[in-house]
Amino acid sequence: MANLKMTGIAKSYGDVSVLEDINLEIKTGELIVFVGPSGCGKSTLLRMVAGLEKITAGELEIDGVVVNNIPPAERGIAMVFQSYALYPHMTVRENMSFALKLAKKSKEEIEAAVSKVAKILQLEDYLDRLPKALSGGQRQRVAIGRSIVRNPKVYLFDEPLSNLDAALRVATRIEIAQLKESMPESTMIYVTHDQVEAMTLATRIVVLANKGIAQVGTPLELYERPENEFVARFIGSPAMNLWPGEVVATGAQTKVQLADGCEALSNVPTTEADMGLKVKVGVRPEDLRATEGTPVFTGKVDFTELLGELTQIYFDATAGEHVIAKLPGIVHGLRGQNIRLAANPEKVHLFADGRSLLYR
Amino acid sequence: MHPALQGIITILVGVGGCVGYFYLSNQFLDKVLCPPRGKNAGRNINRANIIRPWLFLLPAILALSIYLAYPVIETLRLSLTKRSTLPDGSTAYAWAGLDNYRQMMKEPKFWEALKNNAMWLAVVPALATGFGLLAAQLTDRLKWGNIAKSLIFMPMAISFVGAAVIFKLVYDMRPIEQEQIGILNALYLNFGGEAPIAWLTTPFWNSFLLMAVLVWIQTGFAMVILSAALRGIPEETIEAAIVDGANPFQVFFKIKVPQIKGTIMVVWTTITIVVLKVFDIVFAMTNGQWETQVLANYMYDKLFRSNDWGVGSASAMVIMLLVTPILVWNVRNARREME
Repeated sequence: MANLKMTGIAKSYGDVSVLEDINLEIKTGELIVFVGPSGCGKSTLLRMVAGLEKITAGELEIDGVVVNNIPPAERGIAMVFQSYALYPHMTVRENMSFALKLAKKSKEEIEAAVSKVAKILQLEDYLDRLPKALSGGQRQRVAIGRSIVRNPKVYLFDEPLSNLDAALRVATRIEIAQLKESMPESTMIYVTHDQVEAMTLATRIVVLANKGIAQVGTPLELYERPENEFVARFIGSPAMNLWPGEVVATGAQTKVQLADGCEALSNVPTTEADMGLKVKVGVRPEDLRATEGTPVFTGKVDFTELLGELTQIYFDATAGEHVIAKLPGIVHGLRGQNIRLAANPEKVHLFADGRSLLYR
Repeated sequence: MHPALQGIITILVGVGGCVGYFYLSNQFLDKVLCPPRGKNAGRNINRANIIRPWLFLLPAILALSIYLAYPVIETLRLSLTKRSTLPDGSTAYAWAGLDNYRQMMKEPKFWEALKNNAMWLAVVPALATGFGLLAAQLTDRLKWGNIAKSLIFMPMAISFVGAAVIFKLVYDMRPIEQEQIGILNALYLNFGGEAPIAWLTTPFWNSFLLMAVLVWIQTGFAMVILSAALRGIPEETIEAAIVDGANPFQVFFKIKVPQIKGTIMVVWTTITIVVLKVFDIVFAMTNGQWETQVLANYMYDKLFRSNDWGVGSASAMVIMLLVTPILVWNVRNARREME
């Protein structure tokens, strides 16, 4: 139940700058996911919201109050740590009631809050166990329970699923999504490097890179209309293919001449002034289809992976990175063949100087 | 031969002998006894691996049985016999049952020693562990914390007798017309004391002045071990506590201390054992006079001053009986810590 506002937030350790000029508004009920490559500062930003790291410059407001110098406990936040950070010497019950005890809540109040949350998270049978007697998933639930009990304004999750195995990660991801649905008024910030988590959980995603925000938007906005090459390559797996080319026709549709006599037609509009512009054409692997007509790409298949639902094709990587295409279903005998691929103009992205032409 | 040269040769022979033993016996096992080739190669490798631990443990087992197990049994025997010198100069041992123990019980000095030991036990481990924990926590986040730590740890390198001599100077008393060289009396007079006090001959409190020496030495030990334990606490549990609203004291007492409780107990009991055996400090500073007697010094008095082997051995057995349960508990605790 809180609005968050970051104005010009920056962080540096001595002379080393980690984050610069972060501006972001988060509204009540949102689940914001910070994603980005390792070392992009996403955890640092979260820890600044928590109050565990000092804010070097800029202002952080929670519900209109600048909290830069307010200690963590008084900011009305709760945090779930990557390692769960359960207190090993306390039982589940004690872990969950620790914050309430420190806040001098009455015994009855604590008991009521803990048992209510334990019921939601199905932890009732484990309340008197020590954390070491719990499985990874149960520990994770206790960590989440510990934050819910406090009824905070803002929930902070720091890569909460990265210590779980693959199957449990999916199950817990769904639990978190359902938890969020059951608390529509709560504001959550979630840090992850896993883009599936980001795509499935977020109401909006914040992509962090190069000390700043690369793009903010809903998961589908980021997927369908990436603002720059970085976001285009970062969101989606395998990453978007990019080919250099030159604009040869402009208008509501743009035509780009590529190497090897290939051509790309894109629905991104351009003007007369763009004739001859050097651009990069981006097409996601899943948007490429085999064709007999003019291809957007042609090459010899180097390697294939049969995944059942689709066949992943890797092309000759002599020019640098593999070009990758996904064809639906199982396709045998492609290896070593020359294939021509085309793409729907709607799905063809254009970038100049790293920025998408859509956002000029 | 020059003593330094003698020392160097001893070190070379000792260390070289150890290295040589381990290297050559290992070679013998692998090359001669169970060579990993031929038709029984696999079996030989397994056998060598079964024998190897015993090979490496052998020197320790031998040394421990000669220098530990045998003396314990011999002391037990001596404590149950009466030694007398016959007219022709030879010694004779006669079975005495529990006579030695009975005689010891009748001596007020024994009870004084027991009482003092109990006092040492109550004071020294608690203070040394407490100060050590405090020093470990306070030096942990300081820039010059490592220098502070070295300073606190340094007394560990001083022998008990050396420390006793240092503190004898601290407690020294000169007649009032002379300059005081003992800092305690100098301070006492400076802050309005009328006449210098002979600290070490003032019963009851003098025991505590002796204890101060051991606390001074053991605090460094406690600090080093506890500092390592404090660093082993997951940082995230501390951050979680801060987010939960704990102030620094609550973080320390409710999150940090409980997580290193096992280590604290190990440090505590280790110092307890040192305290039960304390001898040098008392011997060098008061030699058990002025009601400062402790068990180990009592044993030394009986054994080597009165030449009463019976009662001396009996008091040694008492010390061992007191130490053993704590030692067992300590080892168990340390093992549990390692898991």
